[in-house]
Amino acid sequence: MGQRSQYCTFWVDGLFFGVAVSGVQEVLRYQPLTAVPSAPEAIQGLINLRGQIVTAVDLRCRIGLPPRAEGDLPMNVIVRSRGEVVSLLVDDIGDVITAQDQNGGDLELEAVPANVPSVVQDVVTGVLALPDAVLLVLDADRAADVSVVPETTGGTS
Amino acid sequence: MDDDAEIIAEFLVESHENLDQLDRDLVELERQPGSRELLSSIFRTIHTIKGTSGFLAFNRLEALTHVGENLLSKLRDGEMEMTGPVTEPLLSMVDTVRALLGSVEATGTDTAAGVDVDAVVAALRAVLEGGAAVWEEPADAPGIAEPVTTPEVDLPEAEVTEVELGDGDGPPRLLGEILIERGVVTDAEIAEALAEQKTPADDDGEPRRGVVDSSVRVDVELLDSLVQLVGELVLTRNQVMQRTENVDDIELVRAAQRLDLVASELQEGIMKTRMQPIGQVWSKMPRIVRDLAVQLGREVNLEMEGHETELDRSLLEALKGPLTHLVRNALDHGIEQPADRVAAGKAAAGRLLLRSFHESGQVVVEISDDGKGIDPDLIARVAIERGLITRDQAARMETREIVNLIFRPGFSTATEVTNVSGRGVGMDVVRTNIERIGGTVDMQSQVGIGTTCRVRIPLTLAIIPALVIGEGEETYAIPQANLVELVRLEADDLAGSVEELAGAPLLRLRGHLLPLVSMAEVLGRARPAFESLTIVVVQADDLRFGICVDEVHDTQEIVVKPIGRQLKALPTYAGATIMGDGRVALILDVPGIAHAHAMAQNPRSDAAKATGEAESTALLVLEVGGGSRAALPLREVSRLEEFSVDRIERSGSAEAVQYRDGILPLVRLAPAIGLVESVRDDDQVSVVVHESGTSRIGIVIDRVLDVIDVTVVCSDVGRRAGVLGSAVIGDRVTDLVDLDAVVALSGAGA
Repeated sequence: MGQRSQYCTFWVDGLFFGVAVSGVQEVLRYQPLTAVPSAPEAIQGLINLRGQIVTAVDLRCRIGLPPRAEGDLPMNVIVRSRGEVVSLLVDDIGDVITAQDQNGGDLELEAVPANVPSVVQDVVTGVLALPDAVLLVLDADRAADVSVVPETTGGTS
Repeated sequence: MDDDAEIIAEFLVESHENLDQLDRDLVELERQPGSRELLSSIFRTIHTIKGTSGFLAFNRLEALTHVGENLLSKLRDGEMEMTGPVTEPLLSMVDTVRALLGSVEATGTDTAAGVDVDAVVAALRAVLEGGAAVWEEPADAPGIAEPVTTPEVDLPEAEVTEVELGDGDGPPRLLGEILIERGVVTDAEIAEALAEQKTPADDDGEPRRGVVDSSVRVDVELLDSLVQLVGELVLTRNQVMQRTENVDDIELVRAAQRLDLVASELQEGIMKTRMQPIGQVWSKMPRIVRDLAVQLGREVNLEMEGHETELDRSLLEALKGPLTHLVRNALDHGIEQPADRVAAGKAAAGRLLLRSFHESGQVVVEISDDGKGIDPDLIARVAIERGLITRDQAARMETREIVNLIFRPGFSTATEVTNVSGRGVGMDVVRTNIERIGGTVDMQSQVGIGTTCRVRIPLTLAIIPALVIGEGEETYAIPQANLVELVRLEADDLAGSVEELAGAPLLRLRGHLLPLVSMAEVLGRARPAFESLTIVVVQADDLRFGICVDEVHDTQEIVVKPIGRQLKALPTYAGATIMGDGRVALILDVPGIAHAHAMAQNPRSDAAKATGEAESTALLVLEVGGGSRAALPLREVSRLEEFSVDRIERSGSAEAVQYRDGILPLVRLAPAIGLVESVRDDDQVSVVVHESGTSRIGIVIDRVLDVIDVTVVCSDVGRRAGVLGSAVIGDRVTDLVDLDAVVALSGAGA
């Protein structure tokens, strides 16, 4: 069985994402944000993580999804990316799951289906066909890179 | 003398370390007398002390170690055996060396009378000459081992009495009291003895701590982590202070105040541990300068002042590169070849002066040479060739601004690329690196006389004082280093002092025009309408401008924290900090804002203004475009004319009048300087006739207002096609007309 990949999972506008637990520092409830005027749109602001200043990237905006409904507070998935700590703002947190099928066998990472919008493909390394859902495996580095944010927003759901 | 003191201090620390080793070695040597290894080690130690003491002219120390060295070399070479009688004088020598070092430390010389060097030298000689000569204990040998700072209080032998100090039941009694009680000594004698006991101590009663005991080596990483922790402590302190402001619990408030005090002092102390003298960088310069001088065939006398100026070690580290580069430049571009210098009537050897000092909370480093200086005309020409500035801009720039063009990217005047400098990437990198650590750099030069480069850097970066301002719900911090003053304008004053020039707001502040930018604009939003204004006047490099803010909170010590890579490209922010309430606040980058709003293109300093003030110019002030004011230099005006409207004839779209047997082309000033031509129903037009060479044109204006002899302080505000800028003339903001551009429009001036 050895070392199975484990994923910290979360939802963004109905999409089921996972990011390798090794890259996740912690998961936090909503934190007050300090807006950064004239920053790229996906940067929702800065949070104070025990004295460290962490940039919060809204995944919805990053992958061109419509903004969260008024009053819905995002959760923070704090990931390590290129030597920095970045907060990914997501709708809801799921369990930590192990990549295995019904019989406990290993699941292989599959290529992202071709019809998934390219902005989503851009931040995803592959998908895992879990028994009850399809998990999009997020590339935290690319998700945290906001210089490539698409101009147009096209919802997928 | 400072240098000597430093060398001596180093010598002492090093020697004491060596002597400890020497003691261990000597004792070990007695156990294994034949060990060549130990003998060599001892020999080296004594040899080093001998060498340095000779260099520093500590003659007694040198004489002593010299004899000791001879004995040791014989022992090392096997000519003599290490025996008890040989070891004794050697140990005695070590003690004497120690006593002499103590004397050097206390008094700066090795001439202390309490140390008997001759006896030890004689004993060593005896051993050397007579093989295993009889070793006689010098009478004062125990005294030698004691530092000279503790002389004994001598009592005549007869008076030494055994004294019972009591059985311990009664209260403890002073020795002197007991002695007096028993009639052994008198009051006066006790007082004298006590006074004598106190003399070795310094005047303040504290014994002077030696160099050796007063410093320890600490891991830099430990210091860095302490600085971080203190930063956190300061933030927490700020939070506690904020929370206790409205609390009734007196004890809590007191505790908070103590915390405030202690945290401030701790912060100061920790910051001091990170301070290092700039001498560390200076010390590398003589070698660099020497090598470069040889390589470039220059003769240079390097002078350095202000070794002891301290700054944060991280800044010192960051400063090394730029400083080295500036020194190289001074040698390569500044100081001429010896032959050229002699031809120019200077000494063959150039002078390079490095100076550093503290000034208003900043460290200033100056690099001056007495070389050929920077030729502003050459710089301007190269800058125009490289497309960095236009010919127009060059004409309007002052010498100092032109000289500072060398900091623009892609600028180099070196006719050939040497491996020292001249690739055109140097100076902008210097500036970038200095600005990265929150500093500024400025170049001043006089052709043929020399160049001075002045670098200003903050003392420390980690914790800085800042002004906290509010904009709507948000909070921002402006570093105090950039702050000049705060100006508050109520609605009544507003109309009188703030004007708009081609859409750019500016404030008239004590006779100068201050460009204004609102916080909203800084943050990339639309500029709101001003009702009343709070203006934070800031200084970035040479440019002074005002930022209009909603609210000014207070000044605070803030801890500068880095921001993520996604935000580094934004020019507006220098970093972020955490406020008392735990929220993150962004720190504004004042030079960045100036650049982003294109205000820094033509910086203007007080010094530049001062030189400009020497000339006063006669200006023709006119009204144009229905109420706007503009001015022309009077010397460019050859005549003022009035023409009746029906004399104006058209040729295509061009207008002209017949004038003095020729044709005078007309150009309407209002559209030429971006204003709307006023609709007038007079049957006369006012025309300013301008002649240049054989051609002349008529400039159509609304009316002439005045001729004023005035010192023009030109501001870039309102600069646009046809307008050089603006100035306060006769208490009104007035456009300065770019005559050449207007003439070019008419097509006649070419």
